[in-house]
Amino acid sequence: MMPEMIYLDNAATSWPKPDCVSEAMTDAIRRCGGNPGRGGHRLALAAGELLYEVRERTAEFFGADDPFRVSFTSNITMAVNLVLNGFLNPGDHVLVSPMEHNAVMRPLTAMGISYDILPGDRNGKVLLSEIQRKIRENTRLIIICHESNVSGIVQPIRKIGQIARENNIFLLTDCAQSAGHIPIHINTDNIDFLCFTGHKGLFGPTGTGGVVFGDRVDIGRIRPLVRGGTGSLSESFDQPDFLPDRFESGTQNICGLAGLNAGLKWIEDQGQEKLTQRCRMLMDQLRSGLELVPGIHLYSGEGQVLSITIDGLDNGTAAAELEERWGIMTRIGLHCAPLAHKTLGTFPNGTIRFAVSPFTTQKDIEICTEGCKTLAEESWKKK
Amino acid sequence: MEKEMILLVHTSGHAFNIEKALKKRGIQCRLTPIPRKVSSDCGICVRFDPQNLQAVESFVQTLPFEIQGIISEDEA
Ligand SMILES: Cc1ncc(COP(=O)(O)O)c(C=O)c1O
Repeated sequence: MMPEMIYLDNAATSWPKPDCVSEAMTDAIRRCGGNPGRGGHRLALAAGELLYEVRERTAEFFGADDPFRVSFTSNITMAVNLVLNGFLNPGDHVLVSPMEHNAVMRPLTAMGISYDILPGDRNGKVLLSEIQRKIRENTRLIIICHESNVSGIVQPIRKIGQIARENNIFLLTDCAQSAGHIPIHINTDNIDFLCFTGHKGLFGPTGTGGVVFGDRVDIGRIRPLVRGGTGSLSESFDQPDFLPDRFESGTQNICGLAGLNAGLKWIEDQGQEKLTQRCRMLMDQLRSGLELVPGIHLYSGEGQVLSITIDGLDNGTAAAELEERWGIMTRIGLHCAPLAHKTLGTFPNGTIRFAVSPFTTQKDIEICTEGCKTLAEESWKKK
Repeated sequence: MEKEMILLVHTSGHAFNIEKALKKRGIQCRLTPIPRKVSSDCGICVRFDPQNLQAVESFVQTLPFEIQGIISEDEA
């Protein structure tokens, strides 16, 4: 018999979602069935209103004053691509944290943009004192993965942003993991391009995400990644230069955004602080359960995800055993972040990753800890 | 009933934004489909009472985006 499911792959995508999320999505399909921003009939209006509501809620969530400085994309990968392609020019230089995801590294590489990796400590936390030294005359952007999707290490973005500002450089934060876990305020945190994905800590469905543009960003100088119909200025072949249409061509994902709206509202209603505290408590439990086990190596920070490796056991076998014997769903390997694994010394084999959500229980963590301990012992005995 | 004023926007999100902001300032308004003869493809506009024209005009000055214009129903 298969054991009960224990989902600890929330860093890949959160599950379960609060019930209000699927309810909102069903409601959107039924009630907001028109095309937002195209036409004035009731169904189009209902869809447009919903789209505006989620834009406003997202802006508020990240502390942005102007809801139109939120551009929705299909995920953070698209958001990062929008910024890198739209903002950078040949000859620009970029600084990245030592924990970046391929959502950043691949576009940079493909674009032929020269970059340097900011020095970090052994956990990959950026050393603030080293930043200035790395800045060149043509450095235009610093890119920071706010919360690592491998170890959960959290970067001091506000201080990095401060240094960026002093040097007239822009800051892009990859908030894929941190959004919903850590309060983020675009202005206070000195962010220029706040990229987020909807389907992780914000409890929206897959296919949602976006970028919030800080006040320093001159929108007119950011080239759109996609151009096309916007329901505005249709007489012209030129892309509108105003927001949100400049970056939102094509019909938006109304059903998905209805889910994201509900996810954000759920976080507000529950209180982000309370949710975070619960997750921190679970992470502390997991960490202290794994910390002193012989044969287990722990890679962790202050976030809601951590990684381990088990001596003498390959990660694939470990994951299969964890699921078959204890029902634990996890993700192994490089987590699309080879740079982070190189930084942690876990490249190329990667790690076994666990990520909690407010729906995780203490019992789940107990079972997970027990499972890992058992595997480590069995592996040790085999030696 | 007196003829209404019609505020035309470039993109529908602006209409929702303006409707909300006007109501917050106690200025009655409503969203409707655009008048037949007007061309604006986002499809919706904000209607309000002419007695609030000045208030709406000065509010529009404070927006971080441009509107398409304000016309009276007669012109539409
Ligand atoms: C740090 C980080 N950046 C980017 C991504 C990509 O997210 P998405 O697949 O939603 O674009 C993820 C998640 O996979 C991530 O953890």
